[in-house]
Amino acid sequence: MKEVLVIGAGIAGIQASLDMADAGFTVHLVEKEATVGGHMAQTDKVFPTLDCSSCILTPKMVSVGQHPNIRLYTLSEVGKIEGEAGNFTIEVIRHPRYVDESKCTGCGACAEACVMKGRIKNAFDMGIGKRGAVYIPFPQAVPLKYTIDPETCLTLSRGKCKKGPPCKLACAAEAINFEDTEKTVTLRVGAIVIATGYDPFDPKLKPEYGYGKYPEVLTALEVERLCSASGPTLGEIIVNGKKPTKVFFIHCVGSRDHTVDNLYCSRVCCMFTAKQAHLVKDKVPDAKVTVTYIDIRAFGKGYEEFYNRVQSEGIIYRRGVISEVFKKGDKLFVRGEDTLLGETYEEVADMVVLAAGLVQRKEGLEIIRKLGVQTGEDRFFTGPSPLDPVETGLPGIFLAGCCVGPKDIPDTVVQASGAASRAMSVLAAATSGGNG
Amino acid sequence: MEEEQQQPLAERLDLFSCIQCGKCTGGCPVSIKSPLNIRRVVRESSVRDELSGFMSRIELWDCTTCSTCAIRCPRGLRPVDVVIGLREMMIEEGRIDKTIIDALDGAYKYGNPWGRAKNKRAEWAQDLDIPNALEMDPGQVLYFVCCAASYDPRVQEIARSLVKVLRAAAVPFGILGNKETCCGSEIRRMGEAGLFEMLMEENMKNFSKVDPRVIVTTSPHCMNALKNEYEGLTTDVLHYSQFVWELLSAEKLDLKTPVPMKVTYHDPCFLGKQNGVFDEPRWIIGKIPGIEFTEFGRCRENSLCCEGGGGRMWTEGTGAGERLSEVRVKDAVDMGAEAIITACPFCLLTLEDAVKTTGNEEKIRIIDLMELLAMTLEGDAETGDVS
Repeated sequence: MKEVLVIGAGIAGIQASLDMADAGFTVHLVEKEATVGGHMAQTDKVFPTLDCSSCILTPKMVSVGQHPNIRLYTLSEVGKIEGEAGNFTIEVIRHPRYVDESKCTGCGACAEACVMKGRIKNAFDMGIGKRGAVYIPFPQAVPLKYTIDPETCLTLSRGKCKKGPPCKLACAAEAINFEDTEKTVTLRVGAIVIATGYDPFDPKLKPEYGYGKYPEVLTALEVERLCSASGPTLGEIIVNGKKPTKVFFIHCVGSRDHTVDNLYCSRVCCMFTAKQAHLVKDKVPDAKVTVTYIDIRAFGKGYEEFYNRVQSEGIIYRRGVISEVFKKGDKLFVRGEDTLLGETYEEVADMVVLAAGLVQRKEGLEIIRKLGVQTGEDRFFTGPSPLDPVETGLPGIFLAGCCVGPKDIPDTVVQASGAASRAMSVLAAATSGGNG
Repeated sequence: MEEEQQQPLAERLDLFSCIQCGKCTGGCPVSIKSPLNIRRVVRESSVRDELSGFMSRIELWDCTTCSTCAIRCPRGLRPVDVVIGLREMMIEEGRIDKTIIDALDGAYKYGNPWGRAKNKRAEWAQDLDIPNALEMDPGQVLYFVCCAASYDPRVQEIARSLVKVLRAAAVPFGILGNKETCCGSEIRRMGEAGLFEMLMEENMKNFSKVDPRVIVTTSPHCMNALKNEYEGLTTDVLHYSQFVWELLSAEKLDLKTPVPMKVTYHDPCFLGKQNGVFDEPRWIIGKIPGIEFTEFGRCRENSLCCEGGGGRMWTEGTGAGERLSEVRVKDAVDMGAEAIITACPFCLLTLEDAVKTTGNEEKIRIIDLMELLAMTLEGDAETGDVS
């Protein structure tokens, strides 16, 4: 048995897949979205080096798309899993794309023609950018194939779009296929790597911050999209129609917090906030940027130095997190205590960024039910021992990335390679045992 | 009792796990104007061997026990209980204001913190012919009136309005009359846990005699105490806004007369923040024909306390700044509201005071939710007479 299943094509799933494919194993990579890349693809720059995230991720995404040993299943989910280490039978449910991947050239004529163009919130841009009913999430998507969203496409949701669907008329490759249906593929693999990632914490669960009520209150991922040169504002920081001048960051939103039953530290927020504070200050030099925090955890290679650099750039770190955000007249206010001064303050803000933590994702929980992988009190997956951070305790099934708990990109890549290595041991044993 | 007191406050309230994040202070309404720094109080209580230094800190009486600190604490601590614990110690040492002593004394002797005669408790209902709950069959509605609604002429209007509403909906109910005693909510928060238990026992005795299907309260403070602090009380306890919401949902009330007025709603802390009742009062207001509703910038989970709770009805507080009830009234006037609707006797009194002290009598008035409802049932709106 030389075949392996990887669930999730974020940076963890990508790294694990490339490691195993390079070693000569056949990798079946299943991704529920229309493209690989995960949350890293949404990120503008990575800390502490400030490398462009897409610039270092895109080559790996392209490799996944082109690798002769990788079979990529996007818009797909894992259904049934049966069998045991060395010999699993997997059902992969492939949702219809309504665009024939073998014919689509990625030219974009369909999206240009779509009646709904610019009217649907693009989830990749955290709803800030707009797309049509036929779209690619972002220009570097892999595979570079368009997708029709059945819920907003007029032909699919209402049975009629103009006199004939403009996308279909525009597509020279004749790739549009409204008759596309869900298909099930059955695979046999020797091992499984789970790399289902995380969901950002929903800040609506902290109503005192007014997220969803005030357009000036943003999450960190939304700010990544604002910072991105290929994002919806082409890299300009525009909040509620204007450049902000008074910016507040709030740490630990949904992390270290009994009120939402997330007792853990999300580990990456201290650094992504430092990075975003730097980016905002860089893009809007006359903005006053204040970061309100409880503790700063800058533990990784080069992290403390980066924190130091950001402070030196004139970004003000105030100890004590903001307690509430509210409107008075037409102005937005934040209120908090500077605990080092022992004084409360109430200040006008025109941009408030919530460092929303990381939580186990819903799709991840379904996988648990299917496989019986253990979870901790934090609801993330967990292995049997600290010495086996990639093990599930179930033979032949391994873990990588944020589905085990929040972690940064370097740690994720390390764990993905670790999981790939363990999975290959199982595959090699099964192969030498005469199964391959 | 003695053993309990010997357990240090810090251990009893798990203060060592505080991470000093400041969410408590930043959300504390009185921190706007008072020297009381609740985060620092928690810190000091956990690191000082001796708490005697607190005994002269009169700003501890500024706390309104709105509990925003506890609701937002990421470590699940209750900073407000530290204040109450320190007040307990102050009471033991006898280092408290005369006005507080009088309130506790009144509750002890007469069952109400205003020290009014026990046999006059039901005077407000003399002409209303309300059945004595102790003589009703089990399984009925018990209306728990509250000291403020029993004795304060202004708050009595809430009780009278609620009676009108219940009768319009043909809901049979009874009251305890002179047998009702203070719920003890404010007493406990002023640091008299023993007296609170005494009052609780007395009420519990009567509750078990009446054996009602539901207890409906005028005050969110009574509702909170009965629902969350009365040990062993299994009967449903509802604030009138919740109960009337049920009646309106079941179409038992016919809201006829339009009330053409622009209003806003002030969330009582004990109803909204502490018990999550945000939607019912707003929904009721929305049902009133002709009304225009506008929302405070600080509303719901971010609502600003009126400074009426936690014993503050009996002590002025230290801060030099504006009263928060005055901030509230000015904000409402700026919003163009003709009335602030609220649903708590203390909020009603503090806000109405603030209307006078800010000289806004001509611009705005304070109306209780039940008064508003009674207006639309009876047509009082045209006369504008709510007194």
